[in-house]
Amino acid sequence: MAFVLIGLCAGFFSALFGVGGGIVIVPLLLLAVRWDLRVASATSLAAIGITAAAGVVTYVVHGEVRPLYAVLLGVPAAFGSFGGSALQQRLPVRTLSFLFAALLVVIAIRMLVQ
Amino acid sequence: MTYVLGVVLGIVAGVCAGLFGVGGGILFVPTLTWLGLGQLHAEATSLLAIIPTVLVGVWRHGRYGNVRWRPAIVIGAASVGAAVGGAQLAESLPESILRKLFAVLLLLTAAQIAWRAHRRPA
Repeated sequence: MAFVLIGLCAGFFSALFGVGGGIVIVPLLLLAVRWDLRVASATSLAAIGITAAAGVVTYVVHGEVRPLYAVLLGVPAAFGSFGGSALQQRLPVRTLSFLFAALLVVIAIRMLVQ
Repeated sequence: MTYVLGVVLGIVAGVCAGLFGVGGGILFVPTLTWLGLGQLHAEATSLLAIIPTVLVGVWRHGRYGNVRWRPAIVIGAASVGAAVGGAQLAESLPESILRKLFAVLLLLTAAQIAWRAHRRPA
């Protein structure tokens, strides 16, 4: 049941502000369900995959996706994701938590000045 | 040159995805608008770019034993439903106020995550 609520929050806020679901899902899994950061972020990625796939189908039907640009960013990002996952496995959770908090602060500031 | 920067930003977005479980859209969308796409095309294209990023991340994290599959499916499915409602509501709500409230909520969340990490023995 908690996961349904987390999903609803993620979908709602991502549609409202154009933010990825991850910045909603990961904090909720950390603070509300009290999961470990590694498990929270990995599960968030899998959930985002489902949301993104559903979104892409809708947009492709409307002809709004630019596949070449998606390849330009998505392929390097896949390599980055490979490295990032390995790096996450090696960094202590404490360090990761501070880095993630910093990322949230940067996003929040960007939203405030936008 | 612009494309080189696009590739670099793509890698950075991917590293963030693997590290923090965010899809990468936070960086994809501004990069795509900067490359000349309109907001709508950028958001749509970002979703497609997220898919390979997430597939590789989930594959690696699955190997490390970090993924909880059933909760992931429940969260993902609920999120799809809510996104439809959110998109409709977005047009009828005072967006700038909501944006600021959400930003403040993010700051509080960041403080709480940092505080808990600080109290946790390394």
